[in-house]
Amino acid sequence: MMITCTINNEKKQLEIQAGEMLAEVLRRYGYTEVKTGCDTGSCGLCTVLVDSKPVLSCSYLAHRAEGRSISTVKGKEKEAVEFAAFLTAEGADQCGFCSPGFTLTVLAMREELKNPSDEDIRHYLAGNLCRCTGYEGQMRAIRKFLEAHHE
Amino acid sequence: MNKESIHSVNISIPKIDGTGLVLGRPAYTEDLAPQDALVVRLLRSPHAHARILSIDTSAALQVEGMACILTWKDVKRIAYTRAGQGHPEPSPHDKFILDEYVRYVGDEVAIVAGRDLACVNRALSLIKVEYEVLPAVLDFEQAVDNPAVVHPESDIHEMFPIGFEPKRNIAAAYSMEVGNAAQVLEDCDVVVEGTWYTQAQNHVAMEAHTAFTYLDLHGRLNVVSSTQNPFHTRRLLGQALAMPLRNIRVQKPRIGGGFGTKQTIHVEPYAALVTLATGKPAKITLTRKEVFEATFTRHQMRLKVRLGAAKDGRLRAIDMQVLSNTGAYGEHALTVFMVGGSKTLPLYNKVEAVAYGGQVVYTNQVSAGAFRGYGAVQGNFALESAMDELAHRLGMSPIELRRRNMIGEGQTSEVFRIMGEGSEGVEMTIESCKLEYCIQRGKELIRWDQEPLVRQVAPGRIRAKGMAIAMQGSGIPLIDMGSANLELQDDGFFKLHIGATDLGTGSDTILAQIAAEELGVPVEDIVVYASDTDHTPYDVGAYASSTTYVSGNAVLQAAQRMKQALREAVAETYKLRAESVQFRDGQFYDEQGKVITSLKQFSFDTLYHNGASMKTIATTGSFSGEKSPPPYMAGFVEIELDTETGKIDVIEYVAVVDCGTTINPNLARIQVEGGLLQGIGMALCEDVQYSEGGHLLTNSLLHYKVPGREDVGRLTVEFAESYEPSGPFGAKSVAEIGIDTPPAAIANALRNATGVRVYELPLTPPRVLKALRAAGK
Repeated sequence: MMITCTINNEKKQLEIQAGEMLAEVLRRYGYTEVKTGCDTGSCGLCTVLVDSKPVLSCSYLAHRAEGRSISTVKGKEKEAVEFAAFLTAEGADQCGFCSPGFTLTVLAMREELKNPSDEDIRHYLAGNLCRCTGYEGQMRAIRKFLEAHHE
Repeated sequence: MNKESIHSVNISIPKIDGTGLVLGRPAYTEDLAPQDALVVRLLRSPHAHARILSIDTSAALQVEGMACILTWKDVKRIAYTRAGQGHPEPSPHDKFILDEYVRYVGDEVAIVAGRDLACVNRALSLIKVEYEVLPAVLDFEQAVDNPAVVHPESDIHEMFPIGFEPKRNIAAAYSMEVGNAAQVLEDCDVVVEGTWYTQAQNHVAMEAHTAFTYLDLHGRLNVVSSTQNPFHTRRLLGQALAMPLRNIRVQKPRIGGGFGTKQTIHVEPYAALVTLATGKPAKITLTRKEVFEATFTRHQMRLKVRLGAAKDGRLRAIDMQVLSNTGAYGEHALTVFMVGGSKTLPLYNKVEAVAYGGQVVYTNQVSAGAFRGYGAVQGNFALESAMDELAHRLGMSPIELRRRNMIGEGQTSEVFRIMGEGSEGVEMTIESCKLEYCIQRGKELIRWDQEPLVRQVAPGRIRAKGMAIAMQGSGIPLIDMGSANLELQDDGFFKLHIGATDLGTGSDTILAQIAAEELGVPVEDIVVYASDTDHTPYDVGAYASSTTYVSGNAVLQAAQRMKQALREAVAETYKLRAESVQFRDGQFYDEQGKVITSLKQFSFDTLYHNGASMKTIATTGSFSGEKSPPPYMAGFVEIELDTETGKIDVIEYVAVVDCGTTINPNLARIQVEGGLLQGIGMALCEDVQYSEGGHLLTNSLLHYKVPGREDVGRLTVEFAESYEPSGPFGAKSVAEIGIDTPPAAIANALRNATGVRVYELPLTPPRVLKALRAAGK
């Protein structure tokens, strides 16, 4: 079946299979910045924004994207570059495999939460696993990123 | 070394590949696979031990889009090892790409390749396999001389004596003794003993194991894979596929974490066989379930420790006897086992006697392999827990007990000489060891003296502190080698080609920093290309905490030689003596300090303008350590125990690390923080459970809990001022040391909190609660 949606501000028609998840479809169409890591909706790697809200594209049926606006990290390049500067300045990007999904969740959090505490930040990002960093470096980067935005 | 001259090392520059990866640029193996590559998946055994009686692929082959199905009958029978290690491998050659026997739930039965995942999955469901189910060994403590034999076949072998006795389910065995441990123990005022157990932790690198293969214009097999060691991979593939190495090229693009699991060829041979059989590109990516069920784990161990001391706290003898579970295949069996002793026992180098020994056994379970810590974390859990028990028995502070007995600068340990990885070790005098500072500083940071060690903070909630110390290594001396090529390019920049393998740690960046520092040029003028067997020089790859020290020294040597080569070339051009030419800050100076030419100008001259004397200026460095200087660490933890549920929360973990000079302090810090969290996961939540039939139950991220960002309190990491004379700019390696202390430090804190010692990992709420209840708490 065909669905029509907007991906990274471009109108797209996608051929999908019944039961296919959005992550598979996006990767098939060359959006390789969408990573997958677990098959069980547990790791957050596949996070994309659907109508500005972070969703796990590995467990989001592709047909639900009909008429919606999807953003991968490439669709948020300007903001992602800004965040990347803080993340890499801490060395907290590491293998980078979780970074696109993690970055999108951080950007969504910045829109959604006003002056979040460390606890709020950790809670908002709880679904984004990282096996390299121990999370502390990511936290340092997020705090500085939010402060810079605040100023 | 003049401190002012340093401008590229000991500086936290961002990782050179960082921004591109955050932005999701196609950089990982799966991103780069050709669109038309055949999709490869493996049919896996549902039985822990069975003989395949028949495989009927006829219905599966009818599925539209099928390209090929290969079974054991289609594959040459060559015993090999998947372990990416030096040559000859210290792991037994006990694995076949496909075999008539399957030895664990998840073992490979058939290779299925087709146009897309849907048709391959359909075909997988249509293959009919008839098995003769055999008795299985599912308890590693019952493995030795069990009537069920995991490897009864006679065409498997060890490469050199490692104690290989497969008919007894023994993959490797070892024992050593300095002095007479039993005798000294008998004579000690205080003896403590205990038996500790560690679990088969999974690495959970976020990127699953993946590879794609194709034949190039020349018909050579090209393998792009998420490997930690391209050169070992090429060698192992050549062996397993009976191909000359000249016909194979292995490349590692960016990789989504390794931690040891990608030191082994889990996927490459299967894609390669499909490409060789069909002539077409092929790709394979494991599912997370396959990563859990059919790659590698940490070696599960049982460690019996006896410590003996004099009343005054002088440690006199250590006896450690270990049983290790290698699962169905013997990759890293002996070497992980040996590191359990070789990277723990030298911590206490003043003992009169030390003994270490035991066996590594086969079971019908997921194979174990390399995993950050590599035996040292298991050994540390047992030894450092026993040290705390000893302190309790002596009525001594655990800190004072360690201080009194631990290794220091200018000292050595017999263990260094006796125990290597698979063979003898090398003698080594410790030239950098700031353990004393690490302990002192860690104690301050955790407020050891300022607060009671144990305090009730609410009804049923106890806070308590614990500590442990650790050592690791920096590469495998006299066995592992790294190399680097530097070449001057026009416009005055350098190509740095390294065989080293950046797993996301930032090693490409720090190796560029080392080259830039020595050459006195900006890091941007070092363009790194790495991990490609056709285009980069040999390097063992990323394991055994070797890249900073081994590959870093190779880069340093290449850069030193480059400086000399540049001076000679300029001298030749300007008819000067090489000794009279100085090179600094991108300029060449004569003896009077007058500028002769610039690097930029000379780079054009040597390639375009110098007529008959034009030449490429290139140098190579190679380094193999004569020793493996250990990084050291003191770990301190504050936990909060819920006595009603048995749940332990880490409030704060403090790590003070001596890894010599930190080439890039931020990247070093993240290495330690990441290691700590994996160690905390091993200590608290990464539980491994099997069904009675040998099926791994903890086979997804829903069932296997890795720490999330809400699960742990603060991680505080600091570095000691330290300088290792044999390391590049004083550096040692830092990749593994962070993982070693959490299991012991947390168990010690629990013991301080409750008086109860839990001997088995992980310290999950049910296990802790059971121990508390058993002790009447």
